[in-house]
Amino acid sequence: MTTRPDTAARTTVAPGAFAPVLEMRGITKRFPGVVALDEVSFDCRQGEVHALVGENGAGKSTLMNVLGGAIRPDSGEIRLDGAHASFRHPLAARRAGIGVIHQELSLIPDRTVAQNVFLGREITRHGVLDGAAMRRATAQLIERLGLPTDIAADRLVRSLSVAQQQLVEIVKALSVAPRILVMDEPTAALAEPEAEALFRLIGQLRAQGLTIVYISHRLTEVLRLAQRITVLKDGRIVGTLAAAEADVGRIVRMMVGRDIAQMFPPRAKEGEIGPMVLRLAGVATPVLHGIDLTLRAGEIVGLAGLQGSGRHELLRVLCGRSRVTAGEVEINGHARPFRSPREAVLGGLGYLPDDRKQEGLLAGQSVRDNMLLTVRALASLFAGRESAARRRGISISDIARQVDVRVPHLGVKMGQLSGGNQQKALVARWLAVAPQILVFSEPTRGIDINAKSGIHHLMRTAARSGKAILMDSSELPELIGNSDRIVVMREHTVAGELPGGASEAAVMELATR
Amino acid sequence: MSALSDAAGQPARLAMLLRAMSGVLVLLCLFAAIVFFDPNFLHPGPMMAFVKRSTPLMILAMGQLFVIVTGGFDLSVGAIVSFTVLSSALLLNGDAAGTWWVVPLVLALGAMLGTINGLVVSRLRVPSIIATLGMMISINGAGLYWSGGSARGYLPDAYRVLGRGNLPAIGPISGVPVAMLVLLAVVLGASWLMHRASFGKMLLAVGDNARAAELAGVPVNRVRTLSFMLSGLSAGIAGVLLGGFSGPSTGVGAGLEMQAISATVIGGAQLVGGRGSVAMALAGSLTLQALFTLLNLIGLPKPLRDAVQGAILIAAVAYSALRETRKH
Amino acid sequence: MRYSLARLLRLLPAAYWILVVCFLVTWALCERFGQGDFLTLENFNNFIARSVALGIVAIGQTFALLVASVDLSVANLISVTVVTAPFLMQGDPALILPAMLGLLAIGVLVGLVNGLIITRLRVSPLIATLGVGLLLQGFINASFGHLPGKVAPGFQSLAYGSVGPFPAPLLLLVGVTVLAMAVLHLTRFGAHLYGVGGNAEVARLSGIHTGRVMIGAHMMSACAAVISGIFLVSRLGSAAPWVGTESAYDLQSIAVAVMGGTTLSGGRGAIGTTLACVLVFSLIDLLFNQMGIDSFLKQVLRGMIVIVAVASYAVRERRAVA
Repeated sequence: MTTRPDTAARTTVAPGAFAPVLEMRGITKRFPGVVALDEVSFDCRQGEVHALVGENGAGKSTLMNVLGGAIRPDSGEIRLDGAHASFRHPLAARRAGIGVIHQELSLIPDRTVAQNVFLGREITRHGVLDGAAMRRATAQLIERLGLPTDIAADRLVRSLSVAQQQLVEIVKALSVAPRILVMDEPTAALAEPEAEALFRLIGQLRAQGLTIVYISHRLTEVLRLAQRITVLKDGRIVGTLAAAEADVGRIVRMMVGRDIAQMFPPRAKEGEIGPMVLRLAGVATPVLHGIDLTLRAGEIVGLAGLQGSGRHELLRVLCGRSRVTAGEVEINGHARPFRSPREAVLGGLGYLPDDRKQEGLLAGQSVRDNMLLTVRALASLFAGRESAARRRGISISDIARQVDVRVPHLGVKMGQLSGGNQQKALVARWLAVAPQILVFSEPTRGIDINAKSGIHHLMRTAARSGKAILMDSSELPELIGNSDRIVVMREHTVAGELPGGASEAAVMELATR
Repeated sequence: MSALSDAAGQPARLAMLLRAMSGVLVLLCLFAAIVFFDPNFLHPGPMMAFVKRSTPLMILAMGQLFVIVTGGFDLSVGAIVSFTVLSSALLLNGDAAGTWWVVPLVLALGAMLGTINGLVVSRLRVPSIIATLGMMISINGAGLYWSGGSARGYLPDAYRVLGRGNLPAIGPISGVPVAMLVLLAVVLGASWLMHRASFGKMLLAVGDNARAAELAGVPVNRVRTLSFMLSGLSAGIAGVLLGGFSGPSTGVGAGLEMQAISATVIGGAQLVGGRGSVAMALAGSLTLQALFTLLNLIGLPKPLRDAVQGAILIAAVAYSALRETRKH
Repeated sequence: MRYSLARLLRLLPAAYWILVVCFLVTWALCERFGQGDFLTLENFNNFIARSVALGIVAIGQTFALLVASVDLSVANLISVTVVTAPFLMQGDPALILPAMLGLLAIGVLVGLVNGLIITRLRVSPLIATLGVGLLLQGFINASFGHLPGKVAPGFQSLAYGSVGPFPAPLLLLVGVTVLAMAVLHLTRFGAHLYGVGGNAEVARLSGIHTGRVMIGAHMMSACAAVISGIFLVSRLGSAAPWVGTESAYDLQSIAVAVMGGTTLSGGRGAIGTTLACVLVFSLIDLLFNQMGIDSFLKQVLRGMIVIVAVASYAVRERRAVA
């Protein structure tokens, strides 16, 4: 990821490609209380990969929803090949040749690849479904795209890996032969080799004349793939750069309007790391084997590994969701096998899940109730609801200030907060019960650049106050920048350890060898 | 950085107040309509009778509230009510002296049946619809089997005073039903559990997002089981009152579960869980009972009562769903 | 089509082996504790009749479950059919066909109402179908005794007749099964059903009219209930309004479908194993009859069996069934 982008892909120019195939002019969209898009103008040339970058909330998704026909703009127009176009429904946009691949997978798990590809436009013969024809067409498309043959047309989507499912999404989008393809964070769930395969595919598609709008947070990727990069900020276009003239620093400055000088807080010094708090020795589950892991008070340990390396399963063990079949789990020297999430919490381990919406938040309850959840859960069910916090000597408003959660008051419903504030509130939930160990899974997923650094500082502060922190992240820069030590997993076991500040290459090598 | 306000904001309080006021308004309109058909209604006698009649439903609705807030349903309460009445009659068989141990026993039975519901839902992971429907069928069958298919036994006055008796006059106040005392005790207990104790917050958490609650350390199984136990207990209490009120019969509890769910929904609880209050359950029960009284006065034939109830249930849920979507 | 047939063949042996085991166990228990002979023609006919009635309803319920919905109005709809059929027929063989068409029309209407309440009024399927069930109950209460009529002669051949060596009820069940499977696997509607059940939002974005699919699923469920009711009337020979609710067809159809592999969250269904489970339930019923168990006690056991059946499936799957 640190090598210079390959020049061959970037200098290829499709014939007659300077007339824009897509033009969006003066698009404005208002929602109650916020202007999501303000006179945004954006164009794409045929055969180019045009990247769209910006913080969460900058307007990228809204702009793509307008293009994809899911939202109608308040003003402005869209032109395809110079002709005016307007879409009332995503289907209309699709018929006009615009394909959108969203970040959330839109596949039906219990249907086959072919059934998913043809969902809504099934082929029939004399009124009866023609499964053979659909399978044939799907297989042909998969072959034409040069995708791995283990993605067969009649395999159940459920049986495919996340990376394979992503590829099926692409097959589905391409099966209607679009002229413009919008890809929203396509590599979010992919590891390095899979992402490489995707980039090769994108190069191929470009050569076939497809125009691609590429939305991503991963700026090195963007610099490598795109011909032009457009930066959005607060609903307005900040500017469009040619990739050759751009670098990460410049793009970030355009995105946030300031230099991010110090990206990560400083690591722990020698004396700041205390005694061992958590010890896993020879731990095995039906999926994992030979897990050896230690956590000391005051340190942040990063957990690295590719998709399928077992990271997720290890986290499940720690938060009490997976049964341990062999080995020892010790906290402060005492054996503590976590047989349920509640036991893990009682044992002093707090877990912040990667999917906040499904596993972390109580969206319909107030911020205050969310923060007090664990405090109350650990006290008696029949104790007064306020006495639990009082007995621990905690003031929720103090803790809220400590984590810097920005809300007008604590009665606001949790679901209305931004990603960053939600994460902070969740940290507050754990700080209120003073756990010994905090496990973060994808700590800054879905959080803007501004707020990310806030979370990193929170983690470091928690470590400095004596907690042991385990951080699982697929964003290597974040992992390497924040950790005092990095544990790398591979093929369901621990492959090795590296000191903090190791190179990305070293981590990758351990993860893939 | 100023200290963060720990109180609920002004707009949220106002919305809650408006919603409560609109509910009271509906209730007043219904009363007005009833008075129109029966001018006697406004006198203390008929009013007390109305409250006495509504008490079982109010108690059932409060029990059902605990389950609905966690996102489940308890369809077995009607059967538990019937079973309570039948078993009381069989156990007592007219012997007034037995009241002091039979009443606690049937209450305990109700709580136990509720606990079984709770365990089946939380431990065996059976969806509450199926679990409580199955229990309903089983409990009905058990009751019929024990009583041989028809209501046998006889409930002594010592027992029946709970449901239909009045307190002796205290100064100028007379004719206060004993049932109201029972209601007061239940309301105090339920309010404390729901709004003062941590339990209420745990219920809301489980209903809002059970997975998140579990990961945060909430004893989800225990909370769920307790909610069903309380629902079963409330059905036992309602059964004792109803037994006193109308005497033993096999079908005394039929349809009560639907009424309890309707009442909770009319009162504003959300069926997907995560919201609800005791006041809502009470308001909804009174509203539903007023509606039934009105329909009775208008002269709606009894067989159609089921049909009307079905329509009311759908309308209540639809209205609450509409209110939800309009809010966003 | 190839995929579903292969899956069926793989599933069929397992479920049906269990069925064989249950049959042998039942036989043994009946020989030991039962009153009267086990392998009698009367028992066989009862067994078939019960399986057919429950099986058809369960197939209909599968359609509703596939789209993450549920139909709790089936028991009352069966009762309505049983009460109305004699009235529509008035003892006249010429009216048999119009009567059945009329009843099917009622089924379509009820399914439409269920579907509209769910999709337009945004009411949860549980409440919607329970409410409609109550409405139907009210109709039955009001009309029973006021709808004079007679079952036409010859109509009862549906329940008691045979075509060649095959009993008519069996042919009815097979016919309904084949029809249902054809709809599910060979029509666009079937593909859309699976789509909506698997992920309604994705289906909507793919251009599928999710409301219509939901309504269609409920129409299927209601029509299946009506067909089952027609069969029951043909067997009983007269109007018996308690027949639907007494046998708890609503609960049993859900239980049997869930045991058979249909999930309550939609998107997955298997009619083949469902039918095997129907046969197991009927065997259990036969066992109860042979052992002379009191009908109320039977009710108690029925409720518990349903819970145990669903629990064993849920525990086995270790997934939140909903």
